[in-house]
Amino acid sequence: MSELEQLRQEAEQLRHQIRDARKACSDSTLSQMTAGLDSVGRIQMRTRRTLRGHLAKIYAMHWGTDSRLLVSASQDGKLIIWDSYTTNKVMRRSSVVFSFILRYLSCCRFLDDGQIITSSGDTTCALWDIETGQQTTSFTGHTGDVMSLTVCPDSKAFVSGACDALAKLWDIRDGMCRQSFTGHVSDINAVCFFPNGNAFTTGSDDATCRLFDLRADQELMLYSHDNIICGITSVAFSKSGRLLLAGYDDFNCNVWDTLKGERAGINTCISFTLKSISALFQK
Amino acid sequence: MSNNSANNSLVLLHKSVKQLRLEAGIRRMKVSQAASDLKTFCLQNASKDPLLMGVPSNDNPFRPPKSCALF
Repeated sequence: MSELEQLRQEAEQLRHQIRDARKACSDSTLSQMTAGLDSVGRIQMRTRRTLRGHLAKIYAMHWGTDSRLLVSASQDGKLIIWDSYTTNKVMRRSSVVFSFILRYLSCCRFLDDGQIITSSGDTTCALWDIETGQQTTSFTGHTGDVMSLTVCPDSKAFVSGACDALAKLWDIRDGMCRQSFTGHVSDINAVCFFPNGNAFTTGSDDATCRLFDLRADQELMLYSHDNIICGITSVAFSKSGRLLLAGYDDFNCNVWDTLKGERAGINTCISFTLKSISALFQK
Repeated sequence: MSNNSANNSLVLLHKSVKQLRLEAGIRRMKVSQAASDLKTFCLQNASKDPLLMGVPSNDNPFRPPKSCALF
């Protein structure tokens, strides 16, 4: 047998080993564990502010740590910082092009005041030192465009979601991939950590969101409905983690009961696809 | 397959196998325990979750502005 064949066989054996190990831990399901729990009831959300000013699609937004300012980025090339209480624009400037990032950037997050983690269409993620503009660490392993990343509350790890349908957990310090989570059958567009850092949710073009647990190393819940056939573009948790907010390609934002897997509310956006959700009360 | 791309495949496969060995070796927790911990966290923090509890009007910076009357 050629070395190539031997390695292929070993890889296949290891994949089976992982699958069996996960099954061995599967002594129950999240649904079973929460069967007796009261439902959250209907979650009704009201639009409180509409921020007008961008001239093209808004691709991303994020709340500031003061829970008042937020920044939005648009295809019109502008970054706008808004005061959400008054809807006034605090700052408007053209997007700054970081010359040390030459590839298609899908997502970026501050790790701390001096470091940024980015995900790219070139299948890698990277840790950057803002002051020197140098790449400190490269995270390789995905075989498809990396679309989104979420930093663990303890800042020691992050999870990436990619077009290879995998979510990966990375150790920031040594650059290693610690775990790869299977389940989705199409591109993962969005990922978000559960508030205590022990789990994360993903949203995919396969029209489902899923909850993955780090310590059980597997999928715990699937959030889907026969009526939902379009992809998810953004996901976020409420402060307790009980609610999972997901933005869809059909202009809806569905609110899911994280623990029971049931839909708790639907919010329709009149004219746009939800590209980015950042739960205010996450802070 | 040219020699170069064969070597490439070999290198990539070595990397894959090495990574798979790493991932296969981790310790895993029982789903019942992991699920129980998630449930506990949600329940313990429910009272602090404004989307679950609602936000009292006087605390809500986004409440509809009260009308003003000038006499």
